[in-house]
Amino acid sequence: MTGMFGVSIQGLSGQLLVGLLNGSFYAILSLGLAIIFGLLNIINFAHGAQYMMGAFLAWIGMTYLGVNYWWALLLSPLLVGSFGMLLERGMLKRLYKLDHLYGLLLTFGLALIIEGLFRYRFGISGESYPVTEQLAGGRNLGFMFLPKYRVWVVVASLAVCFGTWYVIERTKLGSYLRAGTENPALLQAFGINVPLMITLTYGYGVALAAFAGVLAAPIFNVNPVMGSNLIITVFAVVVVGGMGSIMGSIVTGLGLGLIEGIVKSGMIANLLSATFDSVPVAGSIVYPIKLLFSPEASAVTVFVIMAIVLLVRPAGLFGRER
Amino acid sequence: MPPLKMNAAAWGLLVVSGLAAPFLVYPVFAMKILCLALFACAFNLLLGYTGLLSFGHAAFLGAAGYVTGHTVKVLGFQPELGILAGTAAAAALGYVFGSLAIRRSGIYFAMITLALAQMVYFMFLQLPFTGGEDGLQGVPRGKLFGMFDLMQPLYMYYFVFAIFLAGFWVIYRTIHSPFGQVLKAIRENEPRAISLGYDVEKYKLTAFVISAALSGLAGSTKTLVFQLASLTDVHWHTSGEVVLMTLLGGMGTVFGPVIGAIVVVSLQNYGANIGEFVTVITGTIFVICVLAFRRGIVGELAVLFKK
Repeated sequence: MTGMFGVSIQGLSGQLLVGLLNGSFYAILSLGLAIIFGLLNIINFAHGAQYMMGAFLAWIGMTYLGVNYWWALLLSPLLVGSFGMLLERGMLKRLYKLDHLYGLLLTFGLALIIEGLFRYRFGISGESYPVTEQLAGGRNLGFMFLPKYRVWVVVASLAVCFGTWYVIERTKLGSYLRAGTENPALLQAFGINVPLMITLTYGYGVALAAFAGVLAAPIFNVNPVMGSNLIITVFAVVVVGGMGSIMGSIVTGLGLGLIEGIVKSGMIANLLSATFDSVPVAGSIVYPIKLLFSPEASAVTVFVIMAIVLLVRPAGLFGRER
Repeated sequence: MPPLKMNAAAWGLLVVSGLAAPFLVYPVFAMKILCLALFACAFNLLLGYTGLLSFGHAAFLGAAGYVTGHTVKVLGFQPELGILAGTAAAAALGYVFGSLAIRRSGIYFAMITLALAQMVYFMFLQLPFTGGEDGLQGVPRGKLFGMFDLMQPLYMYYFVFAIFLAGFWVIYRTIHSPFGQVLKAIRENEPRAISLGYDVEKYKLTAFVISAALSGLAGSTKTLVFQLASLTDVHWHTSGEVVLMTLLGGMGTVFGPVIGAIVVVSLQNYGANIGEFVTVITGTIFVICVLAFRRGIVGELAVLFKK
């Protein structure tokens, strides 16, 4: 089968699937960050560490206690979420009256502690978590091989993302949450237990991270630093999308994942070559842009897009200044 | 003691202990402290005096280190020229970072600088001249002005000390100039500074570039000291470390970051045998500082003396 712009269909669809997969993780993690920021005004730097804890709890459960994948998918977020609620009650709570930056610094410290403890206990080589039997294997579509597990990850994380969006934007419970984001003091005056709501919200955001961690465990190597590199990319996603809108975080996460996949397939670099290389001056002007969007540079794609968005629309695609 | 006398006493203590240090402790250890102290002071100009939390300062430290390493090792620059090249590179990078980051404020500013620094990290990981995971090794120290052989530990030490004092003095003068007063006004109340007619963005960007350049100066010097430019200096852990030094020593105080650097570097040096636990201890200090000790060591001392 012939391809497009010098990229085979196999290559492109493979990278698109990887992009969709990464995009699902970006979406679910940036959604958690946005929910937490909305109510607590804190950027949860420990989000990556909590994602890693989710993956590790699943692995520990399987290795030492014989807990299967489906139970891990339920129990690990519950445990990590409860741990998050303890952190909120014990520490974060004391910071609400201070500058937002202290929340970032505190959760940064917590991330270092959690990561350090796991590195001390498990080393950095990492553990592997096999795909559960029900989701092993895949289907050959003729032009590509579609692994079942990856499809499941995309479906499951999108279901959770849109479920969360529905609850927040369309239900009574969600209306309390949105009211709390706008004006917590007034909401409390109406008799809602706002401190409890804040604790539960943080717990839910953390549980989302852990859920993503369990989903990731069979795909990526389970290791103590798996979260920290991912979370910095997710920060860039959050800057692009802005944290004002739930749907915005989901769409931005998925979109950036897909763009990353397209860049990795080499299509953008080839397209730029095909258009500009024959034009004498434009070719050399476009050259640095081509480098930034070459497959080798796909690790920085999200950051490059963040820089472009900051130049064009500083408040972010779905953002509003607050 | 009145504040002016106390300041003079602190300067005296700084100069005397700096001059005596190589006879009391291992010179490389003292030089590491000086480099990181300068780095932390440069960072504090931004966090403590302008109210901007940059979570990407490692990019300036590391990038300057690579530029100095490359120019000295491959292009055969003199050490002083290599340091200038590194510092200039960091200033240019600071201009780019600053222009992008000051478009947002608060928490977003921190995330943007962190993300940009991560981008720099990936670039250095892949660019051919950096040596990837191994870094640039065996950078020659060379002869300062063609005369002083910097392989002599004492020459190297006093060269580093002179650089530190020069950088520290620039920061001190910046803080106590009318420019510095405007920075503090921006920190305290940005809308008000705008309404008084100050071009806040220009002030922020200038502070950012000064801070980046001096961080670069620290990174270039560090590369000559260790004869190594590596990915560690660009990693976000290093960005976090400089926040910790500043927070622990006392942000918005002149001498705080120096104290913070001494404590953190000593901890890393003497705590090396506890391995992974250094990260845990670093994190714990972070948590304690934020929860109970927000003024830092020097800040708390200042309060104590005022009573």
